Amino acid sequence: MVANRLRRRFDPDELEVHVVDRDDRHVYQPGLLFVPFGLAQVDEIVRPRRRQLRNGVVFHENEVAEVWTERDEVLLDDGTVLPYDVLVVATGARLQPEETEGLTGPGWNERAFTFYTPRSAALLCDALASFRNGRVIVNLVDMPIKCPVAPLEFAFLADWFFREQGVRGDVELVYATPLDGAFTKPVASHRLAGLLAEKDIELVTEFNVGEVDAVGGRLAAFDGRELAFDLLVTVPLHGGASYVDRSPGLGDALGFVPTDKRTLQTAAQANVFALGDATDLPISKAGSVTHFEASVLAENVARHLAGEQLSAEYDGHSNCFIETGFHKALLIDFNYETEPLPGRFPTALGPLPLLRESRMNHLGKLLFQPLYWHALLPGRELPGLGPAMPTAGKLHSTAGTT
Amino acid sequence: MTTATSANTNVDVDAEGFLVDARQWSERLAEEIARENGVPNLTPRHWLVVNFMRDRYLETGTAPSIRSLGKESGVPVRELYELFPKGPAKLAAKIGGIPKPRGCI
Repeated sequence: MVANRLRRRFDPDELEVHVVDRDDRHVYQPGLLFVPFGLAQVDEIVRPRRRQLRNGVVFHENEVAEVWTERDEVLLDDGTVLPYDVLVVATGARLQPEETEGLTGPGWNERAFTFYTPRSAALLCDALASFRNGRVIVNLVDMPIKCPVAPLEFAFLADWFFREQGVRGDVELVYATPLDGAFTKPVASHRLAGLLAEKDIELVTEFNVGEVDAVGGRLAAFDGRELAFDLLVTVPLHGGASYVDRSPGLGDALGFVPTDKRTLQTAAQANVFALGDATDLPISKAGSVTHFEASVLAENVARHLAGEQLSAEYDGHSNCFIETGFHKALLIDFNYETEPLPGRFPTALGPLPLLRESRMNHLGKLLFQPLYWHALLPGRELPGLGPAMPTAGKLHSTAGTT
Repeated sequence: MTTATSANTNVDVDAEGFLVDARQWSERLAEEIARENGVPNLTPRHWLVVNFMRDRYLETGTAPSIRSLGKESGVPVRELYELFPKGPAKLAAKIGGIPKPRGCI
């Protein structure tokens, strides 16, 4: 996204743009949610990375061994050293299921799954198809995670799926979270807890998983509580890319990159920027965030190269559709200061209801995939979807009371 | 926001008993909050965690999560639960006079 924006902005003789990535498979990650329910196939949501890059962007298919920010150099696994004027860290986050005791032991991908990787999502699809009765636990081990609403969406879709299969009466659904409510932000949390209750999904809060016994079907919290399951759908711990850990002064204890919340410049060096899931910013690890950040970041790379003052424009804008099953979805829109509120969200196609289930939002979620490949990744601006959060249409007066 | 009297001083606390202004905190107050919340004695290990939480909050404006606490304070997560039963990050924040940690989204 950033590479394409920079390639478009600068002439080839002004700026070389290099992208380093470990493989050539770009996954449309929002699509993973639908794979376990047979609503999407893995091959429909994966495309070659190379083909997403504009002409003139040099692609290196290689692992990064280390970044030497003091020397402005990146060392690749094959020994190549890439010098840079500006470095953008856009690694995304890394799943760390092995950090939870017992999770990747016996029973992993047999009775305990995650839908956050294409392989496990596909295996979960087989397991769900033959699941006729018992207790399903949807659990997120700890924040931060990519797309914080995804486990909730999974629970809503599981309710829909088991109803379609005609076995919902024989399936108990439990949503276990380390948070003290369904979600982090009060108004949305209240609304989403209501939806869980309406769909007869039990909500277990402040449940911090310490150990998993997938064979015995037992989820144990650090505080001594235990939950029994027949099928576990977990969102494992997340950390930053491993090379961030290996690069002196680049990341924090979890491997995320300390980043200025307004300019997206990192604390490491003035010529190192970061965006998306790789940062430590107090905002969702979500594709929409990266899109909004990319606009500010590309501008700031240009300003840094020109020796100008950076723009402090990124306001923490984030939005996401929350699939709730039965062809409906909610939409939330928020930033650093404003929590998700009810009201209406203005778009080029007309307003979409906020924090309320609607078929229009579900269509919006489906339409998002072509938009992702054809507008977001190429780094195009979307009319009416700029980096700053729109305030029009939001009902501020209901904050904290709905 | 309400005013509570602890350690013979008036302090502002939120609905869940967390100090609104970290500057109103004192070590005596910490001991009193701990007692009220089921931790009768603050040992050096308790203080290590409470001070780590407080320093991190004052430095960065956010309190660390249990996971960061386990990785960075030198006290493993299991021991954190022994020291501060039920919710270590939340209870240590309360005792340390800083706002409730929230999982950021």
